[in-house]
Amino acid sequence: MSKQNKNIALKNKLINLFEENKNSIFKNEPQYISNLRNQAIEKFYQLGFPTTKMEGWRNTDLTKALSKNYNHFFSSKQNDVDVEELFKCEIHDFDTDIVSFLNGFYVNGNSQLRTMSDGTIVGSLAKAIKQYPEIFENYYNKNVQSDKNAFVTLNTAFAQDGLFIYVPDGVEVNKAIQMVSIINHNENLFIQNRNLIILGKNSRLTLVHCDDSINQQSSFNNSVTEIFVEENANLDHYKLQNLNNDSTLINSTFVYQKAGSNASTNSITLNGGLIRNDTFVKLNGQMCDANVYGVYLMDKTQHIDNHVFIDHVEPNCSSNELFKGILDEDATGVFNGHVLVRRNAQKTRAFQSNKNILLTDTASIDTQPFLEIYADDVKCGHGATVGQLDTEAMFYLRSRGITEANAKLLLMYAFAAEVINKISIKPLRDRIDDMVKKRLRGELSICDKCVLHCGSPAKEIHFDIDMSKV
Amino acid sequence: MLLNIRNLHVSIEGKEIVKGLDLSVNNGEVHAIMGPNGTGKSTLALAIAGKGEYTITQGEIIYKGKNINNMPPEDRAREGIFLGFQYPVEIPGVSITNFMRTAINEHREYKGLPPISAPEFLAKMEDKKKLVEIQSKLTNRSVNEGFSGGEKKKNEIFQMAMLEPTLSILDETDSGLDIDALRVVANGVNKLRTKENAFVIITHYQRLLEYIVPDFVHVLYDGRIVKSGGKRLAVELEEKGYDWIKKEFEMN
Repeated sequence: MSKQNKNIALKNKLINLFEENKNSIFKNEPQYISNLRNQAIEKFYQLGFPTTKMEGWRNTDLTKALSKNYNHFFSSKQNDVDVEELFKCEIHDFDTDIVSFLNGFYVNGNSQLRTMSDGTIVGSLAKAIKQYPEIFENYYNKNVQSDKNAFVTLNTAFAQDGLFIYVPDGVEVNKAIQMVSIINHNENLFIQNRNLIILGKNSRLTLVHCDDSINQQSSFNNSVTEIFVEENANLDHYKLQNLNNDSTLINSTFVYQKAGSNASTNSITLNGGLIRNDTFVKLNGQMCDANVYGVYLMDKTQHIDNHVFIDHVEPNCSSNELFKGILDEDATGVFNGHVLVRRNAQKTRAFQSNKNILLTDTASIDTQPFLEIYADDVKCGHGATVGQLDTEAMFYLRSRGITEANAKLLLMYAFAAEVINKISIKPLRDRIDDMVKKRLRGELSICDKCVLHCGSPAKEIHFDIDMSKV
Repeated sequence: MLLNIRNLHVSIEGKEIVKGLDLSVNNGEVHAIMGPNGTGKSTLALAIAGKGEYTITQGEIIYKGKNINNMPPEDRAREGIFLGFQYPVEIPGVSITNFMRTAINEHREYKGLPPISAPEFLAKMEDKKKLVEIQSKLTNRSVNEGFSGGEKKKNEIFQMAMLEPTLSILDETDSGLDIDALRVVANGVNKLRTKENAFVIITHYQRLLEYIVPDFVHVLYDGRIVKSGGKRLAVELEEKGYDWIKKEFEMN
């Protein structure tokens, strides 16, 4: 079969699946949700899966990922799993409220939706759709590219569950909320997560979003996250990705910011077969700050694609992008940063930076930082670098008695640290720091789990000493 | 004999820079190497330290009785060779503390010793920082990043003090230093002198040699040592320049 045909095969399969099941599966939903699904599947039918002939997908070929056979379930498959063991979290001094998802569905156990003492609502999207229809009518599917993004339309058609958070006006959520999404099944899975996060005016939230796989089974996760940050609210968002080499993750995040708000997202990609992070930020009010950071450490034939689109609509906002990556063996990467400064967005400050280290001749990165500016009083800058480890620095370290292997590690770690140091929660930073070191030493397997199952005894790290702990 | 270099030829990218150099250094000695620019002083230093691009095409470097021509730089360091760089490299993201702790532990592992304990390491840091009058905050910064010329050179001496080498080669450690920094650096070196360890000091100026008094002075010209003498030779060079040496060399 040709590339095109393979894509069409899965496309048709999914459309048929939708038609066959829509009356039985989605029947008890509010009417407008059903309408959205029907519009979305129609749109998906028109768009189809992206191909490398399309501008945004030129360097990310989905053919192989789309040509596998996947199972698509409409209800959770949580048999034979010790949920408590699976979702055990062991970051010391980092107390979080964990919301667990297994194979795309909220893990049964505690109440599906809880209202915390401060009024914050956290839990399953499936439940929230029924319980809070007025919130959904105001926010759900309102800031996604519902008319041109094939993965969003597909997700809107199928999505049943995901994370729902509503932080009321003025509430500062003290404990971080941690979404742990684990894939663990003995067949190939096609999963479609949908998350809706709303931060009311003057509120504050730290959200940690972990994507993990337990075994080596293939999976395709088409995840969509919508985040609304109302006036003067503050969001700190971390994405940790540690998936197996046969997994595909399309992670589309849409952030909508109102005046005076701050939103910071940090994607830490440690492992994965093919990962595409699409981050869209709309700065739709004055005095907004957006920080979009990422670090990626890839090897084998892994592929990472970070696409960032920042839309400066209003004046006096700032955005800052920093992505750093190390690619080893035959790994490939893409960075595409697009900042749009609209005519009205005077006094915009926007900076983009993408820096890469290629450790082999066969690793590659396509990087394209891009500014599109229509306002005349702005401060913008962009840059990208691709290089090898600094040979002068290597010799300097070795001349002090440090082995070549450790010198390389020190330099790689130092390179990644610039992004890691932007993690503002110290226990989380230390944990991620440790995972990055393990990853660079080749000791991080998917059994290490993102932030979980850190039961493996910490090895003596020769090059590490934290002065604050002494 | 600690270091015995015989008929050394070193090329970089096919171009011969060191052309048949002989040098012997015994434990406890201080040797100064002087000479005009571009005559191979830094090449000699980097070849002894084991930099990859510096190919030894002829001759040998014997250190502690062993030929080290093909020894990797980290092993040379762990055998006690230290190079104070003319241009110390900036390494963003690596703190001096991490850097030194790693280096010391690698040295210890090589000798079959367990890693240094945190309190012992910190005490050593404090001790050696005083030696070169480094303010405490410097050690939490990235290696050489944003350091002034003087700070970089002090940091080289600090590293030398931490690693306690047997043979230290200081490549123009005095260049770019004001008189106060020069005195600090020289005092540091003098305090580290013992009967066991030796120094090879590469310099353009006699000034440093007023503080660190050498046992021998050598003049390097056109890739060879063309004249050797006692400390008075340095004074003579300062007064008369190198022209007479060049003439002498060309006549021979």
